Amino acid sequence: MRTLIFAVFFSFMSMASSSLMAASGGLHLDKANIDLTDQASLQRGAKTFVNYCLSCHEASYMRYNRMAQDIGLSEEQVLNNLMFASDKIGDTMTIAMRGEDAKKWFGVIPPDLSVITRAKGTDWLYTYLRSFYLDGSKQITGTNNLAFKDVGMPHVLWQQQGYLAQDEETHGLISATDGTKSTGEYDVMVQDLTNFMAYIGEPSKLQRLALGKWVLLYLVILFLVVYPMKKAFWRDIH
Amino acid sequence: MLASLMGWVDARFPATKLWKEHLSEYYAPKNFNFWYFFGSLALLVLVLQIVTGIFLTIHYKPDTALAFASVEYIMRDVEWGWLIRYLHSTGASAFFVVIYLHMFRGLIYGSYKQPRELVWIFGMLLYLALMAEAFMGYLLPWGQMSYWGAQVIISLFGAVPFIGEQLSLWIRGDFVVADATLNRFFAFHVIAVPLAILGLVAAHIIALHEVGSNNPDGVEIKKHKDSNGIPLDGIPFHPYYTVKDIVGVTVFLFIFSLILFYMPEFGGWFLEHANFIPADPFKTPEHIAPVWYFTPFYAILRAVPSIAGSAFPGVVAMGLSIVFLFLLPWLDRSPVKSIRYRGVYFRTALWLFTISFLILGFLGTQPVTALYTAMAQVCSIVYFAFFILMPFYTKIDNDKPVPERVTSK
Repeated sequence: MRTLIFAVFFSFMSMASSSLMAASGGLHLDKANIDLTDQASLQRGAKTFVNYCLSCHEASYMRYNRMAQDIGLSEEQVLNNLMFASDKIGDTMTIAMRGEDAKKWFGVIPPDLSVITRAKGTDWLYTYLRSFYLDGSKQITGTNNLAFKDVGMPHVLWQQQGYLAQDEETHGLISATDGTKSTGEYDVMVQDLTNFMAYIGEPSKLQRLALGKWVLLYLVILFLVVYPMKKAFWRDIH
Repeated sequence: MLASLMGWVDARFPATKLWKEHLSEYYAPKNFNFWYFFGSLALLVLVLQIVTGIFLTIHYKPDTALAFASVEYIMRDVEWGWLIRYLHSTGASAFFVVIYLHMFRGLIYGSYKQPRELVWIFGMLLYLALMAEAFMGYLLPWGQMSYWGAQVIISLFGAVPFIGEQLSLWIRGDFVVADATLNRFFAFHVIAVPLAILGLVAAHIIALHEVGSNNPDGVEIKKHKDSNGIPLDGIPFHPYYTVKDIVGVTVFLFIFSLILFYMPEFGGWFLEHANFIPADPFKTPEHIAPVWYFTPFYAILRAVPSIAGSAFPGVVAMGLSIVFLFLLPWLDRSPVKSIRYRGVYFRTALWLFTISFLILGFLGTQPVTALYTAMAQVCSIVYFAFFILMPFYTKIDNDKPVPERVTSK
């Protein structure tokens, strides 16, 4: 019976690890393969984020000084290079655009990006940012997206990626205009950005993982003490 | 010095008497097995939830404009806030894991049977209170699943004939789930329901200690006592079961920490992905599923076809699925408690019931398809048949002879 319980438990564990995300709508998602311990990647991602995302989107739960500390930058570096929207290092990443204006211009208020990777997943985000294509039926933005049909967001990174178009036969995406970056370089740029957004989704994650192994180690040692203790107490019970 | 202090206290408060009655001279059967860890673990998780809950309450804001942000504030700006929040969210699911295993123990060893009917009834009331607690707590982060889950469940009350609409309005305090709902759910979650739970836990334990614990053999150890009136097969709860439960607690905490530190969302089962999007009354998520511990009942609800466009029959079926559990002590007519000495009918029925319950749990997480609905209907029939037919199959079952004394393992 005990074996059965553990079998059920572990099959449940493996079921849980195969993610439940339904956001992709059947689209194949490319693996983002991010690395939260790669500070250089996080710094590059932060630069892309403040330059290209943080004028329409907020990350209003994320503080600049916390970010500086976590991704290995000094407060001066952040103040001088990454802060366009506010001037106090303790501020959160908010923007000046008013919601009602955004609604007028984009049809929707661009969502806060603080925890977007936790809702959508990093693979989805990585795929989404590489799946914009030209679509003449989209009057305002001129582009559509394979991962997010009829999205109100234009292809912000078009200068880097260039524009893609949908192949009429295969429905795959092919290059229409060249960008400043090669496909490989652009993928890395998006990967860094995804990495950074995963970081702001849960800034304490590295702390959590680091603490976890000590807690588990403590419990193993505790077990090595309490199990013999139980045995000793129960020696004369038959 | 210490003895005279205890004497002073004991003359005014029965401290030593309580300690003896409930721990050092509470005689529990010596043959408890794996299944007997979950009672004390439930108590541990209850304490964990209350303590972490107090800390969360210090920083949380029950206001639709602030709630979501205040949870993220706890996750980021509050010292160790992420740990407290994950302890609480993982604790919620752990509570149900532990309680379901604890209840299953009751089923396999007949712990609900005479003379422990009230232990079972108090336990079932606790289970109901826990479901209310979890349901209302889930609204508080004010994410999309919080909002739409509450919207769907409260609207079920609207299916009650005649008074339904007024009833759901009364529960919400508004025409949709809104600030009024969040505020009252907060009040119920942090004080009303926890008070009820604490009272019921006391009643559950007092009733248990009055009649004594059941055991895997389902024999009454009080039938055979030594000259001092101590059951021959009984051992003092303290120290024997306290040291044993500490081992159980250690193993439990290891698994609990593994989840908490390495997969706190548990792949979307403990913290649903859509709940990281703030509640939006104008945008219904593609797929609304309750958290895993409610899904068997949700599947029963959806399995029952509507009559004249009213979902009321499904709501009734869901309610009955809980009511039948309360009636177990009187539905079971077998003189035998433990599954070890039960006949083939009960064993088969219990297996079918357990498998149906698990399948229903899975189906409740899935979008409706024709096949899944049919499966849910079959499993619902098995679920109810387990109870409705119980007086018959337990009466004619070919039970085995029960030993006089407990057996060793």
